[in-house]
Amino acid sequence: MEKFETLTGIAAALPQENINTDAIIPVRWIVNYGQDLGKGLFGGWRYDLAGKENPEFILNRPPFRDAKILLAGRNFGCGSSREEAVWALLGFGIRCVIAPSFGDIFFENSFKNSLLPVVMDAKDIAVLAQDPKFLADRALSVDLRLRRVSVPNGAVSAAFSIAEERRAALLSGLDHIGSTLTHAAEIAAFQAKDRSRRPWIYRSNPTRTG
Amino acid sequence: MTTGTHSGEPAARTLLDRIWDDHVIRRFDDGTDLLHVDRHLVHEMTSHRAFEGLRRRAIGVHSPALTFAVVDHIVATSPNRTESTNPAGLPFIQMWRRNCAEFGIVHFDIDDRRQGIVHVVGPELGIDLPGCTLVCGDSHTATNGGLGALAWGIGSSEVEHVLATQTIRQRKPKQIRIRFEGELAAGVSAKDMILYVIGQLGTAAGQGHMAEYAGPAISRLSIDERLTICNMSIELGARAGLIAPDDATVAYLSGREFAPTGAAWDAAVKYWRTLRTDDEAQFDREAAIDCDKIAPQVTWGTSPQDVIAVDEPVPRPSDASDPVRRAAMERALSYVGLVPGEALLGKEIDYAFIGSCTNGRLSDLAAAAAVARGRRVPPGVRALVVPGSTQVRQAAIAAGLDKIFIDAGFEWRTAGCSMCVAGNGDFVPPQKRCIATSNRNFEGRQGPGSRTHLASPASVAAAAVSGRIVDVRTMLQG
Repeated sequence: MEKFETLTGIAAALPQENINTDAIIPVRWIVNYGQDLGKGLFGGWRYDLAGKENPEFILNRPPFRDAKILLAGRNFGCGSSREEAVWALLGFGIRCVIAPSFGDIFFENSFKNSLLPVVMDAKDIAVLAQDPKFLADRALSVDLRLRRVSVPNGAVSAAFSIAEERRAALLSGLDHIGSTLTHAAEIAAFQAKDRSRRPWIYRSNPTRTG
Repeated sequence: MTTGTHSGEPAARTLLDRIWDDHVIRRFDDGTDLLHVDRHLVHEMTSHRAFEGLRRRAIGVHSPALTFAVVDHIVATSPNRTESTNPAGLPFIQMWRRNCAEFGIVHFDIDDRRQGIVHVVGPELGIDLPGCTLVCGDSHTATNGGLGALAWGIGSSEVEHVLATQTIRQRKPKQIRIRFEGELAAGVSAKDMILYVIGQLGTAAGQGHMAEYAGPAISRLSIDERLTICNMSIELGARAGLIAPDDATVAYLSGREFAPTGAAWDAAVKYWRTLRTDDEAQFDREAAIDCDKIAPQVTWGTSPQDVIAVDEPVPRPSDASDPVRRAAMERALSYVGLVPGEALLGKEIDYAFIGSCTNGRLSDLAAAAAVARGRRVPPGVRALVVPGSTQVRQAAIAAGLDKIFIDAGFEWRTAGCSMCVAGNGDFVPPQKRCIATSNRNFEGRQGPGSRTHLASPASVAAAAVSGRIVDVRTMLQG
C-alpha cells in the first residue's frame, strides 16, 4: 500500500449529508469492465443524461478539476460496500476526504487504499472553509504525522484524531495481508482447536453434487 | 456500557459478545482483534480484483471449503437468459467462473438450481448458521443476522484479506438494541417495521454499531421476515444486525443442503441454544418501537430515512430547523418530482419491482401474489417479479404464484439482483417513477434519473395493479 504522510492541494466542498457510494460511483461505470473509474466519479452529477459535462458541478470548474481533497457533509460514503467508490476518488486524484462522519464500510475501504478519511466536526470544517486565505487559494494541507489540517501560509488549522493503528498503517504503507500472514501459525492453531469445538463449521467435502 | 473485549470476561454478555469472543484468534495491543471468518460468500461484481491480488502474491485461498460463490449482481433476469444476455456482465461472469475453478471454490453458476442473490442463497442452503461469522463483499450481508449469524459487508480489499487468511481484523463495534413491542396490523409487514425504524432513528443512527433486534414482535416473525429486518441494518448505518436464534431458526435450518447433519447437527443445536443476550447485559444505546403505531411505509425522498406512512403528506422542508437537512429535503423532493405537503396516495407510477435480497423470498412473493390475485396491472405500468433465487422461483411455481403474477400482467423473471442494483440491464428510465421492494431509493440507484419509492411486497403489488400508490390495507379481503 502507498504511504500517506502529508498532502497539499485544492479542496472542493460538497457539503451535502449522506453522500452515498452510488452517488460517488454509479453502477454503470462499475459494470463497464476496464473503465477508468476516475471518469465516473460523481458521474450522475458531473454529466447530464447525454454524457455531457455539467458546467455547474464543482469538480467540472477550475481550480476544482485538480482537487486532491474533498470537504463533505456527515455520513459520507454510506450505502453500498463498493470499493470502487474509493478507487474512483483516487482515480480522479482525491486522496483525502474531510467530513464529520463516514459510512463504516467506506471508512474501512479508504484505509486499505491510502485514502485518508479525516473525521472532523462541522464547526472545524467551517473554520477552514471560511478562512479568507482558503477562499483565495482553495488549498489545504493535511499532515497525518501531526494530525492536523491547515490552510497553507494561513493562520488557521484544525487538529483531528485517528486510531493509532490506522495512522501507523498509513504512515508506513502497511501491507495488511502480509501483516496478518505473519500470524499464519496462530490461525492454523485456532482452526485445529476450533474444528473439535465447532465441528459443524468445517466442511470436509468441498462439493456435493446438485 | 458493554465493553468486555479487552477488560476480561464480563458478567453479563450480549449475543454479539458471545459470538465475537468465540472467534478471536488474537487480540492486538491497539484494541483490534483478529477474528476467524467461518463463512465467506463471494459474488461476481466485487471479487475479481481480490483474486487478481492473490495471483500477484502467488498464494491460494486459505480455506476454500469455507468459501462459497454465487453469480447474482450482473446476471440478466429475462426468462431464457444466458451469460451473454447482458453483454456488460459477460466478462465479470467469466472471470468469476475462472477464479472459482482455479481456486477450488464451490460456485453456483447461472444455470445451477442453487443460483440466486447471495443473501437469499446463504440462508436457504444452510450456508449461513447461527453464531457463525459471515462476510461478503456486499453491504446487505447483514441479512444473514436473521439466523443469528454475525454477518457484515466488506470491500474488495477485505475480500482479498479473507480469501488469503480466512480472518478479518476488526475493532469491536458499539452495540444498539432495538426492541419491538406490540402487534403488527393486517397489511403491515417486516419491511414496514424496518423502514419505520430507519425513519425514526435516521440513516446514520447505527454508525459504528452492530444492531440487535429483540422483543416479542421479533420473536413472532418468520425467518424470512427476520432476514428482511436484518437486511436493512446498513440503511440504519449499522454494518451488522442480529436476531437471537430460537426454535424457528433450528426448524428452518433442519435438512438444508449445507447445514450440518448427524452428531454435528446435535452439537450445533446445543451450541445455538446458548446464543442469547443476558437479561442484565448493557448496550451502548437502546431504542423501543411500538408496532401498533406502524402503518404501511413508503419513502418519499432519496434516502431510506425519507419515509412516511402511506397516508401521510409529503413533509415540508420549511419545517426542518437544520439548514443542511432542509437543503437535503428540497433536493430530494425536486429529484423525486414531489411537492411539499402533497399526498403520496394516488401518485401514478410507471414501474413496480418485486424482488431483491430484502424482499425476494418465497413469503414475499406470496404476500405480493395475495394482493395481485384476480387484479390486473394497467396499461402503461411495467411490473416485474424477480425471485431472489432459482429455488425461490421453483417453489413459487410449485405454489402457482407464477400463474397469478402472469395473469395479473406482471413479468415473471429469473433470479438475480435486477432493478435493485440496476447493473444487469434491468433499470428504470429517467424521470420514471418506480415503487420497489428493494432497499435503496438513492438518486440514480435504479438507473440515471430514476425515481424510487421503497415499500413492502404487498404495498408494491397493490400499487402495481392500481397504477398508483395506494394503501394496501384498503385492498385486503375480509
